[in-house]
Amino acid sequence: MNTVNDRSRELKPFVPSPDDDMLICRCEEITKGEIRKAVHEGMWTMTEIRRYLRTGMGLCQGQTCAKLVKAIVARELGVSPAQLEPATSRAPMRPIEMRVFANERKEGQEDA
Amino acid sequence: MRNTAEVIVIGGGIIGCAISYYLVKKGASVICLEGSDHIGNGGSSRNGGGVRQSGRDPRELPLVMYGIKHFWPTLSEELETDCEYHQDGNLRLGKTEKHKEILTGLTERAVKVGLDVRMIDGDEVRRINPYLSEEVTCASWCPTDGHANPLTTTLGYYKTARKLGVHFITGEQVVELKKVKGVLRKVVCASGNVYEGETVVLAAGYESRRIAGTVGIDIPMQTAMLEALVTEAQPHMFDQMLGTAEADFYGHQTKHGSFVFGGSSGLEGFTKDNGTPVCYAKTAPCICRGIIKYFPNLADAKIVRTWAGWMDKCADGVPVLGKVGEVPGLVLACGFTGHGFGIAPAAAHQLAELIITGRTDVDLHDLRYDRFHAKIE
Ligand SMILES: Cc1cc2nc3c(=O)[nH]c(=O)nc-3n(C[C@H](O)[C@H](O)[C@H](O)COP(=O)(O)OP(=O)(O)OC[C@H]3O[C@@H](n4cnc5c(N)ncnc54)[C@H](O)[C@@H]3O)c2cc1C
Repeated sequence: MNTVNDRSRELKPFVPSPDDDMLICRCEEITKGEIRKAVHEGMWTMTEIRRYLRTGMGLCQGQTCAKLVKAIVARELGVSPAQLEPATSRAPMRPIEMRVFANERKEGQEDA
Repeated sequence: MRNTAEVIVIGGGIIGCAISYYLVKKGASVICLEGSDHIGNGGSSRNGGGVRQSGRDPRELPLVMYGIKHFWPTLSEELETDCEYHQDGNLRLGKTEKHKEILTGLTERAVKVGLDVRMIDGDEVRRINPYLSEEVTCASWCPTDGHANPLTTTLGYYKTARKLGVHFITGEQVVELKKVKGVLRKVVCASGNVYEGETVVLAAGYESRRIAGTVGIDIPMQTAMLEALVTEAQPHMFDQMLGTAEADFYGHQTKHGSFVFGGSSGLEGFTKDNGTPVCYAKTAPCICRGIIKYFPNLADAKIVRTWAGWMDKCADGVPVLGKVGEVPGLVLACGFTGHGFGIAPAAAHQLAELIITGRTDVDLHDLRYDRFHAKIE
């Protein structure tokens, strides 16, 4: 996309909220408060949040929490969630054992 | 939006973020321009996290040794970010006589520069890391090497630099440099925005070549794709950084418990170029086969993600750092050739020092821009 984004733009001040302890990313146990705080530390894209906090990097790869994280980040930035690009999905779609992944040859083919 | 500063840094990877950080800490005003939408979206967020001295070219060894001594041990504290730095040594593994020869050569070279690294046999390897297969017959062992988390380290530099007042702008793609009265002064972006500074630092990875070309400077480098993968979290096994003589894979276990491994298929440079680094279908399976031969125990570990990144491969394998005689005001910081993460704090600190005081603690002469010569002079 490449949209010019001035990272020194002032956000509304960080105000602690009663539900900051709520778990948002269950795989990696990241709370709403941690996500909100990361935005104020400068993590303004879904990709940066993910790399900084590990949200969506666990076993489900964000399939459960991505929407929730996006809504929290958007709210903190004061933009609409639709303006935030999702983080990149990466292969494999489901976790695969190394021994299976290592064996890419089709059945019946000889071992290399 | 403010568009002038003492220093304009081009590229928001670990090199650009860290230079910005050390500059602002010394009191300079800095604007850092990152072309993509995300800070650290290049190699800096895609690398294997190796913080290594062993196996390096003697020309860059003093710089990385300086960084491991002065910056890495306290970086998490300094950046108020868990950089997950572990200094538990690096084993570079070998299985054959040919491997032993390669490793012995690398070791002798490094010892001459003063690095504590030595050759050990298979039994000693397995005393250090009991999970390695019997196939491993030798290794080079450097106890002061280690690894860290490239994602949090890069973003940690960004976060702290931003907090200290560095002005970061993402999505701002630099297309041209311009001199004013013989001195580099202006940085022109695709958006039409123009930034001005007394010094311009070029830290845009491979893209630095095209940008430097606009003021007549040509850095002999190519781009090459590197790939990596990560497993689900495993029970804690070991803390060393690992590599192999033939570089078929390298990696470590992270604080999170997952294993991050990088490697190659041998077909690099000939895969389809889609413009973005997309994994090549043959690579990850090949890395897995490599790993299983060394670590039979990991055969059942599940891979959760694979990814690819570009490296900026310099003609002679070491980065180009420092000022350029022909273009006063320009400072180059690129060409890290696939091993720019571990050296980043030292390289960035020394370049910031050079910009502010005109001097460096480590001699950067071997890494200067005008070192390239044709093979017959
Ligand atoms: C898979 C892989 C594994 C690796 N493993 C290791 C390892 O174990 N140990 C190690 O030390 N190193 C490793 N490396 C190398 C290391 O990642 C890089 O050397 C290091 O990150 C370089 O940092 P950088 O800031 O120079 O480059 P980058 O992180 O690539 O940053 C350059 C930045 O410049 C931006 N940019 C490009 N063009 C423009 C433009 N026109 N205008 C503005 N900005 C622009 C890019 O978007 C990018 O963010 C690995 C690399 C890869 C890909």
